[in-house]
Amino acid sequence: MEDTLIEKLTFKDFQSDQEVRWCPGCDDYVILRSMLKALPEMDVKKEDIVFISGIGCSSRFPYYVDCYGMHGIHGRAAAIASGVKLANNNLSVWMITGDGDSLAIGGNHFIHLLRRNIDMNIILFNNEIYGLTKGQFSPTSVIGQKTKSSPYGNTQPPFQPGELAIGAQARFFARIGGNTPKEMTQLFIDAQKFKGTSLIEVLQNCVIFNDGCFTSITDKDVKEEQQIFLEHGKPMIFGKERNKGLVLKGLKLEIVTIGENGVTENDLLVHDAKCEDPTLHQMLVRMSHPVAVGIIRAFEDVTLEERELELTREVSKKSKFTKVDELFFSGDTYEVK
Amino acid sequence: MKGLTLDTKSIVRSKNMFALGMVYWMYNRDMNYTLDFFAKKFKYNPEIAESNARVLKAGFYYAETLELIPVAYKVAPSKMPKGTYRILNGNTATAWGFLAAAEKSGLELFLGSYPITPATDILHELVKHKHFGVKAFQAEDEIAGITSAIGAAFAGDLAITTTSGPGLALKSEGINLALMVELPLVIVDVQRGGPSTGLPTKTEQSDLLQALFGRNGESPVIVIAASTPANCFDYAYEAARLAVEFMTPVILLTDGYIANGSEPWKVKSINDMPPIHVKKLDKSRESWHPYDRDIQTLARNWVIPGTKGFEHRIGGLEKDKITGNVSYNPENHEHMTHIRAEKVKGVENFIPELTADYAAEGDLLVVGWGGTFGSLHSAVKQMHNEGFKVGHAHFNYINPMPKNTQEVFSKFKKVLVCEINLGQLSFVLKSKYQGIEFHQYNKIQGLPFSVSDLVNQFKNILNA
Repeated sequence: MEDTLIEKLTFKDFQSDQEVRWCPGCDDYVILRSMLKALPEMDVKKEDIVFISGIGCSSRFPYYVDCYGMHGIHGRAAAIASGVKLANNNLSVWMITGDGDSLAIGGNHFIHLLRRNIDMNIILFNNEIYGLTKGQFSPTSVIGQKTKSSPYGNTQPPFQPGELAIGAQARFFARIGGNTPKEMTQLFIDAQKFKGTSLIEVLQNCVIFNDGCFTSITDKDVKEEQQIFLEHGKPMIFGKERNKGLVLKGLKLEIVTIGENGVTENDLLVHDAKCEDPTLHQMLVRMSHPVAVGIIRAFEDVTLEERELELTREVSKKSKFTKVDELFFSGDTYEVK
Repeated sequence: MKGLTLDTKSIVRSKNMFALGMVYWMYNRDMNYTLDFFAKKFKYNPEIAESNARVLKAGFYYAETLELIPVAYKVAPSKMPKGTYRILNGNTATAWGFLAAAEKSGLELFLGSYPITPATDILHELVKHKHFGVKAFQAEDEIAGITSAIGAAFAGDLAITTTSGPGLALKSEGINLALMVELPLVIVDVQRGGPSTGLPTKTEQSDLLQALFGRNGESPVIVIAASTPANCFDYAYEAARLAVEFMTPVILLTDGYIANGSEPWKVKSINDMPPIHVKKLDKSRESWHPYDRDIQTLARNWVIPGTKGFEHRIGGLEKDKITGNVSYNPENHEHMTHIRAEKVKGVENFIPELTADYAAEGDLLVVGWGGTFGSLHSAVKQMHNEGFKVGHAHFNYINPMPKNTQEVFSKFKKVLVCEINLGQLSFVLKSKYQGIEFHQYNKIQGLPFSVSDLVNQFKNILNA
């Protein structure tokens, strides 16, 4: 009989025997540690967890977690992971990818996965650069960014991953700085719990090729002023003194200060992550000051597997066939005597 | 059309039945098959059934009364083994072969596919069969078609992907991933006229070299080809069997001609089909490694996610020969390259030998592969009836080839390789088999061979 109780495991149980080979100081270590902390808290059996990656620095991740895993080919993790999940609905599937892997070469699979809403989790390591190929601009690199393939500055306008994802009907989108492991761990647990495709964008510093690209947002000294950590059902407050907030003025978000011009906490927007209409989520995702982090959107919807399962049940009920022989010998057959 | 309320347009539409009625008279056959067809097809429109039936009969009686056609033929029902038959086209037969393989192996069938002519009908057929547990996934592109199938194979399904020429090109990186992680996967290429978009609705055999060699690195895969509409069933089944038993990608080649062509199929029960041995786990965790191999087949274990205690990682980077961990060791890479090649080569010990029909030795051996079987066989038969010493050898297994190939070839003075391309099998045979006088006959018009052209060619070669 199948053991239905989930063994209580620890961080160490999920560590693989492979030596981790990222550059010293890379945020990827933070993401890995956060994941190893989150996995024992997920109420999922270790053997039912699968990590699928594409190609890039981030995509080495599956080798470092002692679960089932596949290091795929560039850009295709979304499609491989979709196949895994559609083949066995019982698995907890994690896709590990980067800004090059999912927003350039794998852009097509990325948007279609989000559209289909297959119940799995994506962690997008966004470092605004190609690391593994040693420093070319990526689809999230900013205009003017000097890289090995843009020595005079990047001329290609970047994607905002959240904007693209929500445009592709993402039901769950969260963003987090690469230097905040505690919040990240919780987000991984939340993503696992969410039914549907969950996408977490990690603002991940690449110490070698794009060092400091997020410093102005994620540094400890500026974080509270530059980020707004959104929580469902709570007013949109930020700032060192917790006295700044967001209001909607016409079609724009505006920063106000509590206590100035008669503004009180009651005037602020209250975050509704579960709302089906993505309009406000899109505005939050695009906002550059402050940068929205936390769960920006978490709208629960029917998944592709649920639709397929329901359809299979219906078709099976009506079908005359349970064995292929019944099909082969049915209909227009004739006898040669 | 007296008494019918049909408009002129609908009446005129049945005029082709006049010709069919004349053909029925010419061949002296019973019209009931077509009359029953009308009754069934136009069940809800009896007037259309009636108008077609009237025109069919009119054509028959017209030919009979006027005797305009000088010769009437009597074609006796063909001599076929006793049994239950049905008419089947190649694409449906391919789909059914996979259904049979899934049930026989106890695996669930997963198809990842993107619409492309002329392969799409396999997808159309398989999506109907959810009641057999078929998971047919229409992906966003060819690459997602194959890579979703690789994911499904990793998770333990019998995974296939279907495409045609340009789609096979897009799938090449995926084929190599399946080869490297050593997972079972069948890639069906219903060949059409190429290159590029080429002649999408016409037939050709010009993807052979792409199937054999069109990937980066040393990339041996099993390549087999169906040769008639009905045996698409057998070779789809065989492709699935080889993929699962050898844990490797298998390319199944069919073509537009046999995919859309139909013929009587003596219905097979899955009880008639050979067993498919799934590489089950038979070791404890302590003595198990992801790249342990079966001594006979060199296939590695297939351990699927959900199996407690066997968590492991695979991927496209070179693997250590035992642990499956990433390895840049030079000797290991050479060893693994050889192992992957030997595994595919070793399949020759598990496939039937090549046979020569009509003559086991003689002046000319006609060699073909895949969908040209029908025309080549008819042409060689005609030569045989005229007293020529001509044999016909047809390849269904192309990589690896049957072990006795050289031996079969060596019994003939000349070997003529006939293909609907510029000589792709020829190219392979010439590099593999020495001391044989190879000739070529190639036609590349998007059309199958005609028997009379073939017979003329054979005679020219014999006289040369």
